[in-house]
Amino acid sequence: MDLSAINPILLLASLMVAATPIMLAAIGELVVERAGVLNLGVEGMMITGAVCGFVVAVNTGSPWLGFLGAAVGGALLSLIFGVLTQVLLSNQVATGLALTLFGLGLSALMGQGYIGVRAPGFTDLHIPLLADIPVIGPIVFQHDPMVYVGLGIVAAVWAFLTYSRAGLILRAVGENHEAAHALGYHVVRVRLLAIMFGGGCAGLGGAYLSLVRVPQWTEGMTAGAGWIALAIVVFASWRPWRLLLGAYLFGGVTVLQLNLQAAGVAVPVEYLSMSPYLATIAVLVIMRTGRAPGSLAQSFHASR
Amino acid sequence: MTEPLLRLSGLTKAYPGVVANRDVSFDIARGEVHALLGENGAGKSTLVKTIYGLVKPDHGTMMLAGQPFAPADPHAARTAGVAMVFQHFSLFDAMNVAENIALGMENPPPQRAIAAQVRRVSDQYGLPLDPTRIVGELSAGERQRVEIIRCLLQDPKLLIMDEPTSVLTPQEVAILFETLRKLRAEGTAILYISHKLEEIRALCDTATVLRLGAVVGTCDPRVTSARDMAELMVGAVLQAPQKADRRAGDVVLTLQNLSARAPHRFGTALMDICLDVRKGEVLGIGGVAGNGQDELVAALSGELRTKAGMITYQGRQIGQMSPNARRRIGLLAAPEERMGHAAAPDMSLTENAVMTAMTRQALTSYGFVHWARARAFAQGVISTFDVRTPGPGTAARSLSGGNLQKFVIGREIMQNPDVLVVNQPTWGVDASAAAAIRQALLDLAAKGAAVICISQDLDELMEISDRFAALNEGRLSVPRPAKGLSVEEIGLMLGGAHDMEVARNGREAKGARDAQKSGVSHVDG
Repeated sequence: MDLSAINPILLLASLMVAATPIMLAAIGELVVERAGVLNLGVEGMMITGAVCGFVVAVNTGSPWLGFLGAAVGGALLSLIFGVLTQVLLSNQVATGLALTLFGLGLSALMGQGYIGVRAPGFTDLHIPLLADIPVIGPIVFQHDPMVYVGLGIVAAVWAFLTYSRAGLILRAVGENHEAAHALGYHVVRVRLLAIMFGGGCAGLGGAYLSLVRVPQWTEGMTAGAGWIALAIVVFASWRPWRLLLGAYLFGGVTVLQLNLQAAGVAVPVEYLSMSPYLATIAVLVIMRTGRAPGSLAQSFHASR
Repeated sequence: MTEPLLRLSGLTKAYPGVVANRDVSFDIARGEVHALLGENGAGKSTLVKTIYGLVKPDHGTMMLAGQPFAPADPHAARTAGVAMVFQHFSLFDAMNVAENIALGMENPPPQRAIAAQVRRVSDQYGLPLDPTRIVGELSAGERQRVEIIRCLLQDPKLLIMDEPTSVLTPQEVAILFETLRKLRAEGTAILYISHKLEEIRALCDTATVLRLGAVVGTCDPRVTSARDMAELMVGAVLQAPQKADRRAGDVVLTLQNLSARAPHRFGTALMDICLDVRKGEVLGIGGVAGNGQDELVAALSGELRTKAGMITYQGRQIGQMSPNARRRIGLLAAPEERMGHAAAPDMSLTENAVMTAMTRQALTSYGFVHWARARAFAQGVISTFDVRTPGPGTAARSLSGGNLQKFVIGREIMQNPDVLVVNQPTWGVDASAAAAIRQALLDLAAKGAAVICISQDLDELMEISDRFAALNEGRLSVPRPAKGLSVEEIGLMLGGAHDMEVARNGREAKGARDAQKSGVSHVDG
């Protein structure tokens, strides 16, 4: 084996790319869960976003329109979940699982004509001045624009939840929906909006896989990324910056173990493949301090 | 006389199968503390929700300060000057005081401005409160202050209070009344809902009594006796429980330094509880909820295991025994939460009866249930304790609170326990059912069983207990004979009020309490 073949700068740079899809899906789910809704359909919304984004980008030639289409597709799919759980009061866990299965099937159907097609890609940004800083420049400032959009969304969610009145109301709805209703807030409306935001973000995360990471369409290409996103939300104690840390940790260990495999380390591949999952869960469990939103996964009906 | 602040005319609200409010009309004047009295299900909550914009009436109108008033939602009601303090606090545990207050305001200022306002109002009304604390860590009295300050910051014309004193210690009640009297002196009208009649007599100027959704009377509580008001509420003559003469017998249950860790994060650890319980006595244990009541019941029933020697029952060490083993030897318990703890809501009364009675009543053999015998037992409980239900096949969920409580208490009493532990036996139960339950507990003691009654309702404990002890932060005070204990002494046993240092010292609190008891209005300068 030859560990010197691993370039630490390249490794750290690809970490940010590897983490972005999970980070996007997870930050959306964080908002959903802070509003008191548990949507287990992240995987289904991601893959639907992946195929929607791919189809739109191929047909329009614009990756930006592709991402927009992915967000709309994810949000529409999540709206099905929202109507079922918030209006028709179906069970959130069962509906979320069904949404994942539905999303996987729907995406396979939509993507039938697109297997083997190549999508238009982004050219990596080369941010003036910053990108020329040695070491840090290539790691942080020479990526495609979606990496920065993702970071911007995390920061925006953090500011929204911490400082805005709308964020306060969203947290209140998630913490105690009976009390929020008694104070005159529209629990169902807030939750539907949160669910659609979560679906949109999951769609962006999926499209990042099909348009940037891979970049091709294959069936089932999310390969469990949605479940990792769900786990990261919980282990990050529903806090945006911890979530970012969890996503980067997962992305980092993923990239590292791929490099180690390539370098021929004398550890069975199966152990290397499971290492990102183990590392992420171990670190976030150790750091875990928070508590779930009080009304998480409970149905709300005004007459009770 | 000037026009009233709020005039209700002919309010009617029907839900499927029940009329919650039937042609309700009355006036509330400015600067008046108006009591709304009634049993559970009399329609008090629906009425105040109508005023607060949470419920739309089917018929009838409201006038606020001479203007038609029909709030579409609580925002509209708050804008018009109506504020409400809820019975089950409408607070958010994970957020701090200032955030909680901001959520209850129209157009709240920035957080820092709120913090300053909170400090100003809490000084003005003697309600100490730190705006940066997390609400989940506050005591019940402090949590209520958050609600009250949230209302006061909006300068309400009408303040609605739904059962505000049910979770407060006597000293905290005294402080609350002080605040309400100040508000009244400033011209704020208060609609005060309670079923504690002595409090209403001490505080309120007018009382409107509801029964089955309709107004059945209006009285001046300062001159009407509590008994007359209670009979107006119930619509029947009330029987006070009869205490038979009985002598305490031998010690049957001993707790020796009973300690247990809190079973979950918001639980309370039990610390060094020592207690002797004798045959034929009713031991009352008072205290504000969350001071270890649930944990003590769990330790006695066997849900929470302790070291064997910590609990001795008839000479046997039973701290490690399971609930069913304890039932077999005669130690039974009825926990507080009816739905989901004392009874499984979706199962029938027969099935619920089997769950605790199968050991002592031999309702099973070789692992099979004798359904005929179980049904007969459940039917026996229903007829002996006057549980109003179509029959033993009815689901527990469909019973009213009082009826289900009669069933779960009756189920234990019918098994002839030697020691019965009950927690909040009449919580949320109407007056006539409560009287029946208390009488049943006294009768059980008269037959020679020991009864441990844990309750927040001090009047209830004084009525039925022989000895009284207080549970405070997981510690139990030394039991004292209940006869002759004054409210002040009980308050001190309960650990007094929280954070009293700002408001007053003990003597002033006593003065305020005495003033209430004599019904003299007491306005502090």
